[in-house]
Amino acid sequence: MTETPQRNPRPLRVLAAMSGGVDSAVAAARAAEAGHDVTGVHLALSANPQSFRTGARGCCTIEDSRDARRAADVIGIPFYVWDLAERFREDVVEDFVAEYEAGRTPNPCLRCNEKIKFAALLDKALALGFDAVCTGHYAQVIVNEDGTRELHRASDMAKDQSYVLGVLDDKQLAHAMFPLGDTVTTKDEIRAEAERRGLAVARKPDSHDICFIADGDTQGFLAGRLGRAEGDIVDESGTKVGTHEGAYGFTIGQRKGLRIGTPAPDGKPRYVLDISPVTNTVTVGPAASLDVSGLTAVKPRWCGAAPSGPGTYTAQLRAHGGETEVTAEPVDDDALDVTFTNPVRGVAPGQAIVLYDGTRVVGSATIASTRRATASVA
Amino acid sequence: MAYLDHAATTPMLPEAAEALTAQLGITGNASSLHAAGRRARRTIEEARETIAEALTARPSEVVFTSGGTEADNLAVKGLYWSRRDADPARTRVLASPVEHHAVLDAVHWLGEHEGATIEYLPVDAYGRVRPEDLREAIARNPDDVALATVMWANNEIGTIMPIRDLADVAAEFGVPLHADAVQAFGQVPVDFGASGLAAMTVSGHKIGGPYGIGALLLGREYSPVPVLHGGGQERHVRSGTLDVPAVASFAVAARLAAEQREWFAREIGALRDDLVVAVREAVPDAILGGDPSPGGRLPANAHFTFPGCEGDSLLLLLDAQGIECSTGSACTAGVAQPSHVLLATGTDPDLARGTLRFSLGHTSTEADVEAVAKAIGPAVERARTAGLT
Repeated sequence: MTETPQRNPRPLRVLAAMSGGVDSAVAAARAAEAGHDVTGVHLALSANPQSFRTGARGCCTIEDSRDARRAADVIGIPFYVWDLAERFREDVVEDFVAEYEAGRTPNPCLRCNEKIKFAALLDKALALGFDAVCTGHYAQVIVNEDGTRELHRASDMAKDQSYVLGVLDDKQLAHAMFPLGDTVTTKDEIRAEAERRGLAVARKPDSHDICFIADGDTQGFLAGRLGRAEGDIVDESGTKVGTHEGAYGFTIGQRKGLRIGTPAPDGKPRYVLDISPVTNTVTVGPAASLDVSGLTAVKPRWCGAAPSGPGTYTAQLRAHGGETEVTAEPVDDDALDVTFTNPVRGVAPGQAIVLYDGTRVVGSATIASTRRATASVA
Repeated sequence: MAYLDHAATTPMLPEAAEALTAQLGITGNASSLHAAGRRARRTIEEARETIAEALTARPSEVVFTSGGTEADNLAVKGLYWSRRDADPARTRVLASPVEHHAVLDAVHWLGEHEGATIEYLPVDAYGRVRPEDLREAIARNPDDVALATVMWANNEIGTIMPIRDLADVAAEFGVPLHADAVQAFGQVPVDFGASGLAAMTVSGHKIGGPYGIGALLLGREYSPVPVLHGGGQERHVRSGTLDVPAVASFAVAARLAAEQREWFAREIGALRDDLVVAVREAVPDAILGGDPSPGGRLPANAHFTFPGCEGDSLLLLLDAQGIECSTGSACTAGVAQPSHVLLATGTDPDLARGTLRFSLGHTSTEADVEAVAKAIGPAVERARTAGLT
């Protein structure tokens, strides 16, 4: 059996966030099996203000809600649907749009963990008498002898999701439970475990897309929200090489979908180097120009005490990204200066930088600007 | 366990369960001509007579359906179509805004797909339609009204409508009035024959009968266009092989509902009064929804708004202690939205999120009331800490 009992010897009242997917279902099942008093909750995050039931049907989330309910039935725990659509709209969707509008590339999953699952949901859970919120994230919380907590990468590095949890502070971590984090296992094995537990979601496909953009068309979603705003695509010398329909539609490092008429002089592919919402200009150039030597990040959050001086860490710069060695130093209270040991390619402002000491999450911050290996780009 | 959600469904009466199981082993399609068919047909017709008697209707006025939702749809859509077919000018539908979704969504659908003009009648702070408002709405142009529909008693806040007065007004103008009496049957006198209604909905499982069976009481002069076409059963208004065991069991429950109505109103009404007192003692600022006067509300309904709470939170906290109630109508369960009933009565949308409906029934006891009395204060206190997310 791969099911691992909880580290916590004391049974807790646990609120399990159940998305309708296989991971959160297995996580809830493991928490219940470990002897905790578990209640399942599906978060309704998509607002539908229509008062007539007939018109309110047909949304994909109703099926997810049903799947979550069926999993809760099988696990044998109470189940409710909580409507957090308004909070989600304010804190995640509007933030997502505003970040793109500002030329940055947000990570809505991270924002959802920070503002919804481990804020709105956790606060409500604690007020209602629960001790912890349980999710299907792959990460580990380790309790030290002195009671302090550390967030660590999942045992299985390939599935580790500590990056999107790096934004959690001590208080949030103190009430977080990730029953999948200490499992070295493949997704197939999680599915097999779900099957063994009789959970019908065992064969449900994974969701990878942004949950509030059901058709996966992020550009279309942004165009609908921000409107078309035609502008220039220029090369590093400032020469116009094409046009775009909205600078918000691009991400640093993007290569596909640029539709540049004029080929590069050297015939090599070009990448998005910079997005300037003020001038509505997108700058493109060769891959080598994507190399950055360092960055400045804002709104740092530390797991434990903030470091007093420069330190050497490994850093992760995007979800599913690899590790890179950095030297990081807090600047004032609200910024972080980071220098890469070796230049890194394609770093997008708006994404988080998460610092690790081994497997331990030290802290995280939001990337504000990068320093190109050749010249600085805002 | 304190089951206080009888308005969602109430435990089956032992007599009804017995009638159901007694029929399960018997073969016979009530439409067949041979002995087995005749036997089934006899069971159906006896049940029809029993239900007619319980509701002071004629047996031919009882049209069996699969339940309240189907009966509501048949009345609203069927009467609309037949009235419009007879005179294309009749496209206006008058409805109370506090109807159950089975009526509300059917009416809405007629507006979206059948060219109907929907007019929602005004209601007072208790959710009650006044006859003069119905009169005003019809009199504006009596020739274009297809039908009016006003529930006999509200499923969320328990308000009883002045159905006879409303039916008198409708009859004056020759407009058919439908009433959803699903919640009223068994709790207040429901007298179809004397009501003046064109059509009336009742349901089996709300009165201690089985699920999946109901009836539309339908005046003999009305021939609504069917929603279900087929073998022509039930006056050609509702096709489909009749569910003999369910019909037989429904009839037993209907007879008992009528016979025990006075006992129910007195005894269960007294328990309900105790519950209201207990909740108000524990939570002095709880607001009783609907009409506070005993004659104005269903005897088994107690609906409260708890300022500063989310109904969902309260439900979870009470559920964890074995107290089962609802935030509104069970069909709204799932995603919390302010109840359309409360919004129609002019309740502030934020306040409308903090509601609980306790509905008592034939198995309710003092112990149920005591459980609520003990749990509601701390639950409200806790839910207020959680606040309105």
